[in-house]
Amino acid sequence: MAKPSRDLHQSSGTNGKRKLALVASKGSLDMAYPPLILANAARMTGIEVEMFFTFWGLDIITKKKMSKLNVATVGNPNMHPWFGIPTLLGALPGMSAAASWMMRGEIGKLGFPRVPEFIKLVIDAGANVYGCKMSMDMMKLTEDDLVEGATVLGAMEFMDLTEGAQIVFV
Amino acid sequence: MTVDILDRVAFDEDGFMEDPSAWTEDIGRAIAAALEVDLTDRHWQVIRFARSEFENSGEPPTLRRITQQTEVNMKEMYQLFPDGPAKIAANIAGLKKPSGCI
Repeated sequence: MAKPSRDLHQSSGTNGKRKLALVASKGSLDMAYPPLILANAARMTGIEVEMFFTFWGLDIITKKKMSKLNVATVGNPNMHPWFGIPTLLGALPGMSAAASWMMRGEIGKLGFPRVPEFIKLVIDAGANVYGCKMSMDMMKLTEDDLVEGATVLGAMEFMDLTEGAQIVFV
Repeated sequence: MTVDILDRVAFDEDGFMEDPSAWTEDIGRAIAAALEVDLTDRHWQVIRFARSEFENSGEPPTLRRITQQTEVNMKEMYQLFPDGPAKIAANIAGLKKPSGCI
C-alpha cells in the first residue's frame, strides 16, 4: 500500500528521467506497428521517446507511402498459421494486398488506428520523430516528403540525442 | 492539509485506490494535490468521463477512447497530465491502472 505521490509516477531510470530510443528499420505493415505501439505506450506512462526511421522504416513516415504499407506473403514465416496462405500461393498477384487488407481489418477491430493516424498520435503525444538523413538521400527524399512534425537527422546526431536512453531496434 | 483525507483511503502499491467505489470528488482533489496536478474544468471533464466509463464497463477508459469521446484531444491530454495521461487520470479518478495498449 502506498499513498499516491508524484514520485510513484516518475519513471526514473539510472540517469534520472527514463528515455526510450526506437529505431524503425522495416517498412512492412506488420513491422510498422511494434515501434508505434511501444512509442505510444512509453509516452502514456510519461517516458521520453525519440524515434529514428531508417532504410525501409522511412516508408512509415513518408506521406506518399504510409497509407499503403503491405505485409509480405512470401518469405514471411508468420504468414502461414494466421492467414492460412501457403508460401507458393502467397506468390500469386494480389495475395499481399489481400493479406494487408485483412491485417488492417484485424488491427482496426482492436481499436488501433491506421499507420498515418498512429504517427500523428505519437507526434501529438510528444514523441520526437526523425527521418534518417542517409536513407533519405539514398531514396531522394526531402523533409517535405515526410509527415508533418517529422524532421531529418543524421545517425550521429541521433546518438547525441539518445545519450543514456534505452535503445530498441525494430 | 487537504492530503489528510487520503489517510482514510486504501491504496495499492502503485498508489491506485483499492476500492474505486469509495471514490468521492474530494478524494479526487486530494489525490491530484498529492500528484501536483492543478485541477481545471478540462481535467474534470476527463475525470468525470473516466468515472462514467468505469461505471458502465468496469474498466478505466483507454487514452484513445478519452480523446475520441471528450472534447480533450491527445495534445491537450499531455498538457493536462504531463506525467502520463492515461494513468494519472485514472489515479485521480480513483480507478485502477489502465492496462490498455493505446
